Amino acid sequence: MDKPNDNWKIWEVFIRSKNGLSHKHVGSLHAPDADMAIKNARDVYTRRSEGISIWVVPSEAVTASSPDEKEPLFTPADDKVYRHPTFYEIPSEIGHM
Amino acid sequence: MNLDLKNYTLFLADNALILGQRLGEWCGHGPVLEQDIALTNISLDHLGQSRMLLQYAAKQVGNGATEDSLAFFRNEGEFRNLLITELPNNDWAYTLAKHFLFDTFNFFQYEFLMNSKDETIQAIARKAIKEIAYHAQFSAEWIIRMGDGTEESHQRVQNAIDELWMYTGEMFVADSSSEAMTKAAVAPDYALLKEQWQEKVSQVLEIATLVKPEEGWMQKGGREGKHTEHMGYILAEMQHLPRTYPTAKW
Amino acid sequence: MQIKFVKYPRFIAMGEVQLEKRFQDYLDGENKIEPKDWMPDAYRKTLIRQISQHAHSEVVGMLPEANWISRAPSLRRKVALLAKVQDEAGHGLYLYSAAETLGIDRSELVDDLLSGKAKYSSIFNYPTVSWADMGAIGWLVDGAAIANQVMLCRTSYGPYARAMVRICKEESFHQRQGYEIMLSLANGTAEQKQMAQDALNRWWWPSLMMFGPTDDLSPNSAQSMKWKIKRKSNDELRQEFIDKTVPQAEFLGLTVPDKDLKWNEEKQGYDYGEIDWEEFYNVVKGNGPCNKQRLADRVKAHEAGAWVREAANAYAAKEAKRKADKGQAA
Repeated sequence: MDKPNDNWKIWEVFIRSKNGLSHKHVGSLHAPDADMAIKNARDVYTRRSEGISIWVVPSEAVTASSPDEKEPLFTPADDKVYRHPTFYEIPSEIGHM
Repeated sequence: MNLDLKNYTLFLADNALILGQRLGEWCGHGPVLEQDIALTNISLDHLGQSRMLLQYAAKQVGNGATEDSLAFFRNEGEFRNLLITELPNNDWAYTLAKHFLFDTFNFFQYEFLMNSKDETIQAIARKAIKEIAYHAQFSAEWIIRMGDGTEESHQRVQNAIDELWMYTGEMFVADSSSEAMTKAAVAPDYALLKEQWQEKVSQVLEIATLVKPEEGWMQKGGREGKHTEHMGYILAEMQHLPRTYPTAKW
Repeated sequence: MQIKFVKYPRFIAMGEVQLEKRFQDYLDGENKIEPKDWMPDAYRKTLIRQISQHAHSEVVGMLPEANWISRAPSLRRKVALLAKVQDEAGHGLYLYSAAETLGIDRSELVDDLLSGKAKYSSIFNYPTVSWADMGAIGWLVDGAAIANQVMLCRTSYGPYARAMVRICKEESFHQRQGYEIMLSLANGTAEQKQMAQDALNRWWWPSLMMFGPTDDLSPNSAQSMKWKIKRKSNDELRQEFIDKTVPQAEFLGLTVPDKDLKWNEEKQGYDYGEIDWEEFYNVVKGNGPCNKQRLADRVKAHEAGAWVREAANAYAAKEAKRKADKGQAA
């Protein structure tokens, strides 16, 4: 027999803590539909009045930029090689600069 | 002391207290973490409301009465909650059906109480109404989900509604204290609430593809302190520590 | 779209070994790892195991305290306890959510818990037999947990660290709640004070065991420290906890049940007696007073909830279909 379909899908939760600030990712939760995801988010992530507005997004709907499989993360600096002194080729006879 | 006002305050307080106590039993045992947390929130709402009301009742009683002396040192016959609030949780369908039937009643009741002639009750109602509206929404949505969910959930929630139906009549039959409070415009006219309740309940049951039970024979007694077998166990558990050590402070 | 440009050549050349070296350098620079970043398989596995164990502990840990919600001796205590146990559900949820960023679903983790494959903190296999246990758990068990959790706020995996920051903020209420219960009991009637002492006697040693085996017998610790998942050793954390807690016990007028407990001026900390590791390993193995009961409760809740979760999914699917049909018609 098939395993029963009792696993709720996963949603990402974003909360605006007060007007003037943008929604910020706070975590995820499980819910069968958007209505319940919003209610669950309220109960789970705003028990201490942490927010005044909630967004929920099915996690599967989020497209994230992704490093290639083997590419290491540590890229922030790598993106901006021009900041590194070695980016500039200096003839060796000039010596240390 | 106005005995009718005290009795009526206790009626409101005890409904909230016993529901909160019962819902607390779900904590740690819910079908999924998210709903465990949701039910606990509702339980906390009820307990919060009951505390405000018990504090008000204690003030009327005087003689050093407190919310705790009223919660822990009254006997079964002095509790005025509706029978439906003391029924066991059984399964998710039964618990949510119980709450749906009660919450819908409670919503219309508190809608009136927001303009109660009693200022304290009015203030409490204005604070509580947001929570109560949320409870009604929450339980109605679950009734729809279960009714229009799977065959099993449909059957379970239909059975629960059928079994619980005979505990709904008591909501709309006032005792003498409630009646006096209705005359004083402190409390709603309970007979009149019935129409609003019927309409809302019918609407939700229809969306949920559930059958509304026939009127039938109704249980009663809670408002006058005549309870079901379950009430004794609730109090035994709830009251045992303070009663075992009556002089202790916790 | 199928168009793809050639990868940056130096990454193609980079093998596992170089990657791990760069990974370690990156950690050594106190940088955080995020879900989509490259990480060694063993790091991922260690995290999944640790975070899920932590999550399971929060959820199983609800049970011994939930025992007393219906019996709390005042309404104020009742709502505080209820809110506290609810927080634990929330913490379990934050942690499962952090574990899920590592590419595993919560349902798999829960299945491992329910089958007995996954572990959770052994402390929750001890019974809560009196109201004072609510005080002792909040004070000692949450106190020990906080020591660990404060450290984990700086753990190297971003989602785990963020979950811990959230949890730590909420935990301080828990410990205060527990200590306040102990205070009332310690200052109460003779019977209440006895209740408090008895709870301290029963929870003290299991609380010390929560930090895990001594450093020399803790095989995974070194790697976890290197990866900066763990930032302090078991023994360091245990010592900090003892040094902080003993004065709190004295303030309560209660006696810590360790005859070898003594202030050591030189190390500026307490010396303490031998922990009964035989008991520890037995409880881990499943021989604690409540192992079977706790797991059975979780299994029961999960199984009894299956039809509920299924119904909600079925309804969501019907609604989605109705919406789609309506869209087509329009």
